[in-house]
Amino acid sequence: MSMYFTKEHEWVKVKDGIGAVGISEHAAHELGDVTFVELPKIGAVVKQFAVLGSIESVKAASDIYAPISGKVVKINEILNSSPEIVNESAEDAGWMAWIEIADESELKNLMTSEQYGEYLKTL
Amino acid sequence: MEQLRSTPLCSRHEAIKALMAPFGGWNMPIQYEGIIAEHKWCREQAALFDICHMGEFLYQGDFEAGGLEDVFTFSVKSIPIGRSRYGFLLNEKGGIIDDLIVFRLAEDRAMIVVNAATSDNDFSVIKSRLHGGDFTDISADTGKLDIQGPHSRDVMTAAFGAGIAQLPYFKFTTMEILGCEAIVSRTGYTGELGYEIFLPAAKAGELWDLLLKDGRVRPAGLGARDVLRLEVGYSLYGSDIDESTTPLEADLEGFVNFEKNFVGKEALLRQKQQGVPRKKVAFEVIGRRSPRHHYQLCQEAGSVGSVTSGVFSPMLGCGIGLGYVKPEAAVIGAPLTIQHDRISMEATVCQLPFYRGGSLRS
Repeated sequence: MSMYFTKEHEWVKVKDGIGAVGISEHAAHELGDVTFVELPKIGAVVKQFAVLGSIESVKAASDIYAPISGKVVKINEILNSSPEIVNESAEDAGWMAWIEIADESELKNLMTSEQYGEYLKTL
Repeated sequence: MEQLRSTPLCSRHEAIKALMAPFGGWNMPIQYEGIIAEHKWCREQAALFDICHMGEFLYQGDFEAGGLEDVFTFSVKSIPIGRSRYGFLLNEKGGIIDDLIVFRLAEDRAMIVVNAATSDNDFSVIKSRLHGGDFTDISADTGKLDIQGPHSRDVMTAAFGAGIAQLPYFKFTTMEILGCEAIVSRTGYTGELGYEIFLPAAKAGELWDLLLKDGRVRPAGLGARDVLRLEVGYSLYGSDIDESTTPLEADLEGFVNFEKNFVGKEALLRQKQQGVPRKKVAFEVIGRRSPRHHYQLCQEAGSVGSVTSGVFSPMLGCGIGLGYVKPEAAVIGAPLTIQHDRISMEATVCQLPFYRGGSLRS
């Protein structure tokens, strides 16, 4: 499964036209203890790089941007009561939403895992 | 920009990979393993804080003849020797220049403990109000470590003898630690049983290492300290109180003694008569969102004030905060909507402290 990243540290894993979306381990580490995740609503239609939700830690509140356009078809409701899962497993169990991808060609606007790794070194 | 100052423990923090950040002009440890883990450790075990950045002054002389008695909102001469008292240094308008604690060391000797960021200004303000006695800034030579948490008494008696076990809240004792004279005070900023230890700065590292050898003790940073203090409703200078805030507005009138003279008294009496323009409130959020500094506090008619401190409370499982509102909105149980950009949360005005389960007086 291919994984792509945004400059704002979201990731998307693509499989069969569905993109699972979350924030990167780097972002989770920078935020520190996550205390709240605002998930999108199922059925919401989002545009690439527009606000998808938000995340709060003891230190800061930040927006989460959609790495890809499409319709939200599933959300990780467990994060409502256990947002600390984002710290424990940002790039797997800490996923936030599944997006039915509107246009896979938008993936070219994102970084591959290798490119994201290089990008982190520049920060 | 003035250069950041470092405490004697800086290299120790860096060695255990603490996240360091500027606070009050100092390069301070914000967190070690994580804010919530450190917070929990303090509530359940014993946490050790590097507080060497705070300021300490020494006054030697006759409190009344030298003018110290009229400097603060409380009487210094009526503090029994071996006890300490919390209160304020005010400006002429009644605004809070700093909140501080005075330790009565002897008949004619007191130590004044102030916030780091305000220390230099406090010293010159206090000095300008004195007309006798010796007044010295001993901050640079003084180290301060806080050990806080339900196990802190056992840790302290294991390290320094059973004598400390008898110390009641807001009382201190002078004793020998690591071959030097130290002050051990039963005070703190967490709502837990705990001690503040003052000793020569050169010995702070050795004491840090000694206390951390006890398995019940772990280091905690300023991040955890902020969550801990807010859960028990203590004000943070620079956020919840400052020179534009009076003790009456901040709901801290209990630390002002109107039976004595102090700078700012007339302004406070005037404000008492006319009523305060705004009042501090505490509020609990419905949900896990965290209020943050400058977020707007709203009621039906619109904005009634703003947030000065806010955090997610691990003990309560919801957001909590302090802020200032129009006096008519400061009613226990009143609903508030907290707003900032896209963020909106519902909250209820409540009583302090938020968290009542601490070991403070045990």
